Amino acid sequence: MYSQGLIGADGSTDESQEVLAAFQQRIDAEEKIEPNDFMPQGYRRTLIRQIGQHAHSEIVGMLPEGNWITRAPTLKRKAALLAKVQDEGGHGLYLYSAAETLGVSREEMTEELLAGKAKYSSIFNYPTLTWADIGTIGWLVDGAAIMNQIPLCRCSFGPYARAMIRVCKEESFHQRQGYEIVMTLAQGTPEQKAMAQESLDRWWWPVLMMFGPHDADSQHGDQSMAWKIKRFSNDELRQKFVDATVPQAEYLGLTLPDPDLKWNPEKNGGQGGHDFGAIDWDEFWAVVKGRGAMNRQRVEARRKAWEEGAWVREAALVHAQKRAERNRLMTQAAE
Amino acid sequence: MGDALFCYVLRLADDHLILGHRLSEWCGHAPMLEEDLALPNIALDLIGQARALYTHAGVIEGRGRDEDQLAYLRREDEYRNLLLLELENGDFARTMLRLYLFAAFMELFWERMLASKDETLAAIAAKAIKETRYHVRHSAEWVIRLGDGTPQSARRLQAALEELKPYCAELFHSDAIDREVASAGAGVDPAALRQDWEAEIAAVFRESLLEEKGIGDGHQTGGRLGRHTEAMGFLLAELQYMQRTYPGMQW
Ligand SMILES: [Fe+2]
Ligand SMILES: [Fe+2]
Repeated sequence: MYSQGLIGADGSTDESQEVLAAFQQRIDAEEKIEPNDFMPQGYRRTLIRQIGQHAHSEIVGMLPEGNWITRAPTLKRKAALLAKVQDEGGHGLYLYSAAETLGVSREEMTEELLAGKAKYSSIFNYPTLTWADIGTIGWLVDGAAIMNQIPLCRCSFGPYARAMIRVCKEESFHQRQGYEIVMTLAQGTPEQKAMAQESLDRWWWPVLMMFGPHDADSQHGDQSMAWKIKRFSNDELRQKFVDATVPQAEYLGLTLPDPDLKWNPEKNGGQGGHDFGAIDWDEFWAVVKGRGAMNRQRVEARRKAWEEGAWVREAALVHAQKRAERNRLMTQAAE
Repeated sequence: MGDALFCYVLRLADDHLILGHRLSEWCGHAPMLEEDLALPNIALDLIGQARALYTHAGVIEGRGRDEDQLAYLRREDEYRNLLLLELENGDFARTMLRLYLFAAFMELFWERMLASKDETLAAIAAKAIKETRYHVRHSAEWVIRLGDGTPQSARRLQAALEELKPYCAELFHSDAIDREVASAGAGVDPAALRQDWEAEIAAVFRESLLEEKGIGDGHQTGGRLGRHTEAMGFLLAELQYMQRTYPGMQW
């Protein structure tokens, strides 16, 4: 779902200046770096971490929405939600595959997630309390993911860029679908409209936090920008997102919960844009460090699935070995 | 014939909704990512089939009930699905075995349904048969893998069979409704599928080293008459939560 505002990637690298300069030349020429090409250790480490976080976010992101599949209000909505959550699992799969080209296995990445060593987007540590949350997540969380992922389609690392092209198409479908759910509520009964507004009130600020700390407080941005892993800073993407979302909320007749939100004609180099209020970074860091409403439950759910599924994975492996052995014996007998 | 056909299609629709509901519970909790994709995918097929069937049932009934009114707004004793399908998922072995037992039945069912004189049912069968073949393949592979895997997986699969066996006879439940629809050429009498089904599953059970005796002799029936298991009320409480809490709204 998301990887902007990467936390804790270590881009430091110890190759010689010459080697780094040659690599930078390829990057500056907009060449794609492929898995078997030379790459600095820091570049590889940053990507493993970023793609891993991104993959984990897709997988953990299945949980809050999955929470409503059995309670979706109509069969059409149920089918659409199932398909959406399944898409997110598919994104996780492409991303794990992209990370695997860098020499790390899906099992290792999963173990890191379960051990709390690898992060995922903090947005998924918030609970889904009403049906409206399914609309809000599609509209805003997938919307924020698109802001972040469109530039990643031009990421210098080939497998990541290609995965993002596939993923972006599906995310924009999710975003429209989510918006349509919220629209139906906003145009529904007063009770439904209140449900949509209450949901927006809860999700708005956490969604803005998805873009990560302010540029001034973000340590790893510059190297990632130079390597063209990132193309825009956290604050640039957040601003784009706010500017895109304000008219959408107006069209719905819903109010973004920010009294400081106002049009500023000077913004964005004179093109105009929205000023918005201060983000509560204490909340952000608390959630990142494990003190969100659902941190424990999300990781627990993944651990439970992983541990309780161990016997299934083992059986599949053993069966495949038995089969291979039988085939070998049959071929031998035939010879 | 209208009343019988309505009941007949409704039973079929309920089967698909209820199993789709159970399979969807796995989403995000499966033993491996591939199954986190496959199980919702199958659930999605089943719910798609249920939607087509409910819509058709509503047309046959002619009282203006749409798919959602039929799917969400009935009392427990008005749901007519097989008991087998409403049971809790249990572990992965039980989930896969149940899917296999039902899908193998539905494959035979849809094949014959292609010739239905009811054009809508024939069209639903034409789409469903392709999906069902995939469900059979996927679940049969797992049944074989688990049965001929580790001692633990074999034990779990055998336990799943003991758990599900009492409910299998109901697949072939046949009453006046089935016979009327079948004799009009609109549907299939499930009782007629029993031999083929037993032969089909025997082949897969052999490969999975499952010990099976008397799979068709189960005593658990009642779903077709609206008498359910204790699991059903909880399933419906979830399924109907929104429609019951906020009656009469558009979503
Ligand atoms: Fe995604
Ligand atoms: Fe998405």
